[in-house]
Amino acid sequence: MILIMKTITKKQSWNSYQKEIANDNLYYARSCIRQNFFPASEHMFLHILQKELGKNVFDDPNHTTCTGIGYHADVVLFDTIQTVIARHFALMTEAGLEHMAISCVTSFGLYTEVLHTWEHYPEQLEKIRDFLYKATKKEFNLPKSIAHTSDVIYSLRDEIAQKAQHTLINKHTGKPLRAVEHIGCHYAKMFPSKGVGGAEFPQVLAGMIESWGGEVVDYPERRHCCGFGFRNYLVQANRGYSMSNSKKKFESMEVYKPDFILTNCPGCSMFMDKWQYTIAEIDGKTYDSYGKGIPVLTYEELTGLVLGYNPWDLGLQMHQVQSESLLDKMGISYDPHLKYTDKHGNQLPKPVSPLHLTQT
Amino acid sequence: MIDVIIIGGGIAGLETACTLHTQGIESLILEKEKEIGGKLTQWDSLFPSNRNAKELVETYKDEIQKHTITVYVNTKVIAIKKQNDGTFEIFTSREIVFKAKTIVIASGYSIFNAERKEEYGYAIYPNVITSADLEHMFATKKELKAPSGRTLERVAFIHCVGSRDEKVGNHYCSRLCCVTGVKQAIKIRQMLPETHVFNFYMDLRMYGLGFEEMYREAQEKHGVQFIRGRVSEIAQTNEGRLQLKAEDTLAARPVRMQVDMVVLLVGMEAPECNSILGKSCNIQYNAAQFIVPQDIHYSSGITSAEGVFVSGTSIAPLSVFDTINHARSTALAVSNFLMPIQNE
Repeated sequence: MILIMKTITKKQSWNSYQKEIANDNLYYARSCIRQNFFPASEHMFLHILQKELGKNVFDDPNHTTCTGIGYHADVVLFDTIQTVIARHFALMTEAGLEHMAISCVTSFGLYTEVLHTWEHYPEQLEKIRDFLYKATKKEFNLPKSIAHTSDVIYSLRDEIAQKAQHTLINKHTGKPLRAVEHIGCHYAKMFPSKGVGGAEFPQVLAGMIESWGGEVVDYPERRHCCGFGFRNYLVQANRGYSMSNSKKKFESMEVYKPDFILTNCPGCSMFMDKWQYTIAEIDGKTYDSYGKGIPVLTYEELTGLVLGYNPWDLGLQMHQVQSESLLDKMGISYDPHLKYTDKHGNQLPKPVSPLHLTQT
Repeated sequence: MIDVIIIGGGIAGLETACTLHTQGIESLILEKEKEIGGKLTQWDSLFPSNRNAKELVETYKDEIQKHTITVYVNTKVIAIKKQNDGTFEIFTSREIVFKAKTIVIASGYSIFNAERKEEYGYAIYPNVITSADLEHMFATKKELKAPSGRTLERVAFIHCVGSRDEKVGNHYCSRLCCVTGVKQAIKIRQMLPETHVFNFYMDLRMYGLGFEEMYREAQEKHGVQFIRGRVSEIAQTNEGRLQLKAEDTLAARPVRMQVDMVVLLVGMEAPECNSILGKSCNIQYNAAQFIVPQDIHYSSGITSAEGVFVSGTSIAPLSVFDTINHARSTALAVSNFLMPIQNE
């Protein structure tokens, strides 16, 4: 089913940016890095859609990286990445599906860029069809729609709210939790019409936060890049630049006392989490009042918390900034003794605690 | 049947009617709004003399009354049909059908909708306003304050909003925003001497009589600061102020500044009716929907359709000075066209 999403909130000059989001019978395009950074997020997306909401999502073991990291680092040519993406479309076609749900914002941006290129340069599409056929004997249909997986969760946010075990209300104060939403640059900055709410005031994460009871913080550096930028982390000498971007955001959001940060990009989630540790190690600075840092969640992790999943099954202990402060505010019970255990209950090694970022 | 029907009761339409009257030609004005005067009714003062805009509107109203020129207000033109004998039937929101030997399109301009430049936060942050809003505030003597009630410590003007902008699809220069920014910056400094005023610009096009002198005066006498660089985004701070980001391209460094009010110098666009009128009369209009004259130098008031003329900003953004001159020139072209018909 394809839904035309409509958003109704207080100030909606960005309401004109709506998109078609398929949320059933999906071909799932995994990220090449998210399973390392946030081991449970992609698993939870599949689990929530398939088990909780009864949707048909195909997780194909033959799906590969889109080669986006290589493309943005200038080591993979555009023709190559088009052919790789064409292969993914061929896998979707072979699975009898017509809609793609893409886990990574860079992949989502690239799939969008490739489809846009083919729309304007049909001869390029024919060339890529030829390349793919010569290389693999595969043929493909273009997808009827592509969506980022945060779009899919956004489209199901009210359904999820009805099943919620926890809301984004501070149990101690009764007030909405204050959330910073951070959108990956490749989600809508390249093709604003392809993001829910456009590039300037995206609604994809804000819509989830508001539907689940929270309050979105609009802070001055909201649009600023986290600093992930492929060249910034691939070239070690540039990593200071990467960190300075995140620092600029943390300083800007600090006065609003956010309870957590929600992201939809693999890089943003990781760097906004890890750079808090690095900054704390360098100058002892944390951006909350208690020396614990601001928890950074993926939208799948937040969805899991709202639906009442065990935080350790969601992999929150794998983050650099720990989430207990947020769990306490949401009224989520957890067993600290099970934090570092495997699925059989066996104790795993505990990470070394940093000097300045309290780990409870 | 009337000689001329003028579509639009702004200064272009009014001046065309008055000049035609002096030539002994009767005309009738169709105005879609409830009163004549066009955008000038919302304006405070005119550059470079600071003349009160309403004074000019009142002058035209007196002239129209004196010459007993008929004006239909609240009358929106829907379609125009050319008859086999070369005359025109004009269908409007009224039930009657108007008939005329010639038509003058004086449809004016629309103000660029600043909400389209989403990154500037117009209609989202209350202290982001447009130059048209500010002009109206001046005209209605509204006190200038930040929404929080605090005095304005800093005000920033952003030039070229909706003009010379690939992103919104307007490649042309609106010509008047530069000098409007200078005029309004001076006025704020005069009203609030403690307020710091900054103008962010790409380049300043002070082409008109007295414009360059105003620009110089703004800097030397009133201390307005001009920063060459486009603002990339505006966001609200915790205190309700506005943070803007730009690049100072002369100093070659990024600028981040907090201000209490931002004024967007919005450009001029062709009104939506131009394309409807254009299709209806089979006249040419360009990609920006401004009407294309037969010859931009020699006959800028004549369109590609015989008997259809154009006056004022329907062809391009023009100042009041240029609009009035163009309207007179169009009236002369209409007069020349009608003369052989009347002599038959």
